[in-house]
Amino acid sequence: MLSRRELLAASAAAAVLPALPAFAATPREVLVVGQQLDGLISLDPAECFEVIGREVLSNIYDQLVEPDPANPNKLRGLLAEKWDISSDGTTFTFHLRGDAKFASGRPVTADDAAFSLQRVIKLNKGPAFILSQFGFTKDNVESAIAATDPHTLVVKVSKQVAPTLVLYCLTADVGSVVDRAEVMAHVEGDDLGNLWMKTHSAGSNAFALQSWKASESVMLTANPNALIKAKTRRVILKHISDPSAQLLELQKGDIDIARDLTAEQLRTAEKDAKLRLSTAPQGNLVYVGMNVAKPELAKPEVRQAIKWAIDYDGIQQHITPYTHIVHQSFLPEGFPGALNNRPFKRDVAKAKALLAQAGLADGFEVTLDHASIQPNADIAQAIQANLADVGIKVSLVAGESRQVFTRTRARQHQLALLGWGPDYFDPHTNAEAFNVNPDNTEKANNRTLAWRASWQDTDLSDRTLAAARELDPAKRMAEYESIQKDAQQRSPFAMMLQTKQYAAIRKVVSGFEIAPLYARINYIHAAKSA
Amino acid sequence: MLRRFRTLAATLASVPVTLFGLVLVTFLIGRVMPTDPVLAIVGDRATQEVVEQTRLEMGLDKPLVVQFGIYLEKLAQGDLGRSVMTSHPVTQDIARFFPATMELATVAIIVATLIGVPLGVLAAVRQGTRTDHVVRVICLSGHSIPTFVLALLSLLFFYATLGIAPGPGRQGILFDDTIPAITNVLTIDCVLAGDWDALRDALAHLAQPAGVLAWFSMAYIARMTRAFMLDALSGEFIVTARAKGLSAMRIIWRHAFGNIAVRLITVLALTYAGLLEGAVVTETVFSWPGLGQYLTVSLLNADMNAVLGATLVVGLTYLAFNLFADLCYRLLDPRVR
Repeated sequence: MLSRRELLAASAAAAVLPALPAFAATPREVLVVGQQLDGLISLDPAECFEVIGREVLSNIYDQLVEPDPANPNKLRGLLAEKWDISSDGTTFTFHLRGDAKFASGRPVTADDAAFSLQRVIKLNKGPAFILSQFGFTKDNVESAIAATDPHTLVVKVSKQVAPTLVLYCLTADVGSVVDRAEVMAHVEGDDLGNLWMKTHSAGSNAFALQSWKASESVMLTANPNALIKAKTRRVILKHISDPSAQLLELQKGDIDIARDLTAEQLRTAEKDAKLRLSTAPQGNLVYVGMNVAKPELAKPEVRQAIKWAIDYDGIQQHITPYTHIVHQSFLPEGFPGALNNRPFKRDVAKAKALLAQAGLADGFEVTLDHASIQPNADIAQAIQANLADVGIKVSLVAGESRQVFTRTRARQHQLALLGWGPDYFDPHTNAEAFNVNPDNTEKANNRTLAWRASWQDTDLSDRTLAAARELDPAKRMAEYESIQKDAQQRSPFAMMLQTKQYAAIRKVVSGFEIAPLYARINYIHAAKSA
Repeated sequence: MLRRFRTLAATLASVPVTLFGLVLVTFLIGRVMPTDPVLAIVGDRATQEVVEQTRLEMGLDKPLVVQFGIYLEKLAQGDLGRSVMTSHPVTQDIARFFPATMELATVAIIVATLIGVPLGVLAAVRQGTRTDHVVRVICLSGHSIPTFVLALLSLLFFYATLGIAPGPGRQGILFDDTIPAITNVLTIDCVLAGDWDALRDALAHLAQPAGVLAWFSMAYIARMTRAFMLDALSGEFIVTARAKGLSAMRIIWRHAFGNIAVRLITVLALTYAGLLEGAVVTETVFSWPGLGQYLTVSLLNADMNAVLGATLVVGLTYLAFNLFADLCYRLLDPRVR
């Protein structure tokens, strides 16, 4: 019901803007998603590493295998019908299905699959390490990954590793199979089509990329050749950077799904009868990294004291009620082998006793680097207050996110509030990052989180590497649980929170939910009833 | 005449020097920033080998002087490098983002001038009256309400409550990709395409962000016009004009306003230049893909080629408008000749 004042304003505005068109809701066959797209950098699966980019790719590309939704600890075939693993665990033979086609109409062959994986190694972009960790190099990749016939792909890893580790790595974006002929038609110099692939697509999944206009929109069109057909003809991801504007547009029906609402807007959306919320924990973890190069932080009691001083529940309830849950191990909840215990809670007396035990009864001074965006800034302030209660005086060093990466990657921090998400759906991804640091010098090639904390724990490192080689899946998962328990006590990482993602969705939209950890968020099954 | 030509030549000669200074300072700031531009490309997870390889590819291993030399050489050829974020040449990005800002700024400055100047004149003529107070309150609100509040209020009122204006964005999704980008000024492209529905949609999308920007600029323009007019109206030539029995309208518009026109042009030119720089907040709330947003996102992503390119455009715009105001002074004001 309009008030008299609004009516007057409306009349005035109507007089000024007589020729305005009617602003109808989105058409039924087009799904419009409001999202912050400015983090999107590349849509080449051999290069893309941003969350938003990976989401877009999940609509466009298929991999050889994928986690089985019925039991995510197992895999099922996607482009590969089945696969064999040699008895020594080093040769994987994939048998590709014969009915898959790319958006171009060409059949998906083993040759395409071999080309795609070789391309990742040859381009050697950011995510290449996911595959190169198995010993593939530019020199050996053509013999190590090869098609023996149009439907058979043979992948030979250089040393024995847990087969599930290899297979789960192939479920990552770098395992996407691209249309070789399409890509090679757009090669510039020796870029293997990288420049073209940044902004175009050559996949076999339900959608093809129609256009990407940076800071404006991403448009996906249904691929008629896909094995699983999209339920909507077109999906438009519309860049709306302001969460309040996203909610307004959602309520007006100008977008169908809003992806970046904050707690404040989620509360409003929850009460709106035309909207529903979908949520699931995501893999990103929030933790405090401690650089043990600072003498005080090298003492295990001090690290324990910090872990006992933090008010995990208070921070979660007051600062991130919707968007995070408390989680205290390095494998996120929902991940194979994840430990969901909570050994730490705020205990000021215990933290003080530990500091006294370390000979620092009067506390000490330390800096805490953090990204200036929310909720990081508020969490950092809460940690500052928590640590002040036990006598640790924290100076906050706020910076833009990439500044914080730059400093921690150069080990210039003391404490840092950081985030980390797994690279693929296997425990080794985080286990390696948080525990393995074989070379603690400045020349180290693999600058894991353990390296950035200047921390070496040979026992945990060796056990992590051994778990990656373990052939018995049950034994392997048990070992990861044990590593997490020990890491919780010994590591220089105070694991605090795990992100939870929300989407506010108009009730006319079905078939779209925020996917659980093992799956990818995509719009393949989304449809509108009006 | 020769003297005037010399002064003009000196003014024009200062442009390349200023430009060089701008390029140098922006380049240095970009290089000493505490963010590693390589991380913007390879991400936080890449191995050190990939980081070093990318650093080599970007030429960041070379001494700063050499890097600057290479940049200047490319700049001379019109090559601003490639943006990491969009994967396009920066020149191509600027050709897309700058017209969006220009479209917004142009409509805003026209509206602001058409309202602000008469308001300022009116307030000056009726100094101390209720009209003057009302104008002052309007100006004050334009200065004191933060842009994002006004932008959100505008969306809430015209879009969400009344439903008479479209939501954020430059055009409705029904028109997405339907208009060939010729000038990248959407309204002009719609006219060139002869698509009048798309034009109406584009104008409707333009109305709110342009209105918000116009409100701010109008406040400034009205305040300056009022001050200039008060100054002019107290001049002896006005007393003379009155004594000669000229009509009030003639005194105000011909004598007083004519006297302040040159100063006002400077204010308008610089306000326009400020708007062309890109209004980040307005562009963000209205999801307007303009230069301000491009520059901010590039900066946050350490996309240095894009930052340098966009800064150069902003600098050039300021220089051009400064020069324009300077030339107007020289041409129109006999006292400066």
